[in-house]
Amino acid sequence: MIAQYIPVVLAFAFAVTVAVAMVGLSALLGRGRFGRSRTRDTFESGMPLLDGSRKRVSVRFFVVAMVFIVFDVEVAFLFPWAVSVRGLLAEGNTTVLLDGLVFLVLLAVGYAYLWREGAFDWSRRGSQS
Amino acid sequence: MWAEIAVSAVKVAVIAGTVLTLVAVMEWVERRGAAFIQDRLGPNRVGPLGLFQPIVDAVKLLFKEDLTPANVNRGLYLLAPMISVSVALLTFIVIPFGAGKDITVFGVPLGGIEVAPDLGVGVLFLLAIGSLGVYGIVLAGWSSNNKYSLLGGLRSSAQLISYELSMTLAVLGVLLATGSLRLDAVVARQGGQFWLGVIPQWNVVPQILGCIVFVVAVFAETNRLPFDLAEAETELVAGYHVEYSSMKFAAFLMSEYMNMVTASALIVTLFFGGWTFPGMGRFSGWPLLALSLVAFGIKLAFFLWLFVWVRWSLPRFRYDQLMRLGWKGLLPLATLNLVWVGVAMAMGWIR
Repeated sequence: MIAQYIPVVLAFAFAVTVAVAMVGLSALLGRGRFGRSRTRDTFESGMPLLDGSRKRVSVRFFVVAMVFIVFDVEVAFLFPWAVSVRGLLAEGNTTVLLDGLVFLVLLAVGYAYLWREGAFDWSRRGSQS
Repeated sequence: MWAEIAVSAVKVAVIAGTVLTLVAVMEWVERRGAAFIQDRLGPNRVGPLGLFQPIVDAVKLLFKEDLTPANVNRGLYLLAPMISVSVALLTFIVIPFGAGKDITVFGVPLGGIEVAPDLGVGVLFLLAIGSLGVYGIVLAGWSSNNKYSLLGGLRSSAQLISYELSMTLAVLGVLLATGSLRLDAVVARQGGQFWLGVIPQWNVVPQILGCIVFVVAVFAETNRLPFDLAEAETELVAGYHVEYSSMKFAAFLMSEYMNMVTASALIVTLFFGGWTFPGMGRFSGWPLLALSLVAFGIKLAFFLWLFVWVRWSLPRFRYDQLMRLGWKGLLPLATLNLVWVGVAMAMGWIR
């Protein structure tokens, strides 16, 4: 049971090593040979920096994230169903497909509601009301 | 115990090494392919046909001045490229690249050309680790303290989570037909048998809808054109990695190409029969292993070229179009595919 994760641990160690090596080597080899660079300002296409960048962002991003959480959790419930359908059908179970379809219909109701509310329309203004 | 660990370690080194080499080759293919499509020559000076260009690029980027802009969040700024690379290097460990179930090396079963052949969660591992990649992009965008970066990172995260749903639903269709989470079971089910004697029983035939949805969704997941809104040179200069230079910049580029390789390998494995090929029943052991690698390589090369081909042929989406396609187009289609596979299995149309 635990043995199946040995390759995962090895791959994880390898991945982290490569990542640290890349950033570390770059820091080591690219160390200020050219003197302290004067171009450490935030890049804004050559314009002088007027203000910071930590400002308010559109609430749309939040709505998308929230809708994603809702649907992603429900999709996670579909995994055990999808994997066991084949075996259950072979045993002669007749309702397993219906179970899945009922779940998808419930999902579709939520989906239709969000569509009507305008959660998927990026450009329409004031559709949250 | 130690022999198993040694075999696993060698597999990690060989497969990850191959993927990293493919990244370098793909950089060359991308530049030469772009040149070919735009009727110019592309890099052709370093080595035969310019093949050593990626090596030169890597060395140059390593020796570039390692610049950290003044206003960044230093810790997160350094962490972001590391997350991107680590995630990209972890996702492909559950993909079976070749046969070899019947081969033992030094008394240890090889278990196929796959880093983690016994992992029970299979494709779930890939989906779970793959979605961590969004952290690299968001953290890069936010920690850079730059307006372009922030917008690029936000856009990209919204895009990734929008298309992840359709991608997962398309994968579910394949899992439904297979009845297992493991990708070697997915491959085994597609191999060896034919419809009407000629059409191989690849998942792409009954699930063409799921295949199309999946291909479109992975294009969005890898931030490739026509979905590269995160980078959008014309409006965001370079998106989330504006403030990155030297090898830290290359880390993002490399993880993009690694994700591309993983995505292509996943398309091949889920929908195009993986390493199986017609007439493979006549072989076993090492010859089967070698031929399966060739078969996988040919299919993989086609989809990698598709990524380059599409990039230099199609214009970029507008952001509202991107969101509309993801939520109103792909999501219902992916669900439809899932329902179709379920019904077809219940009616006995799909074995």
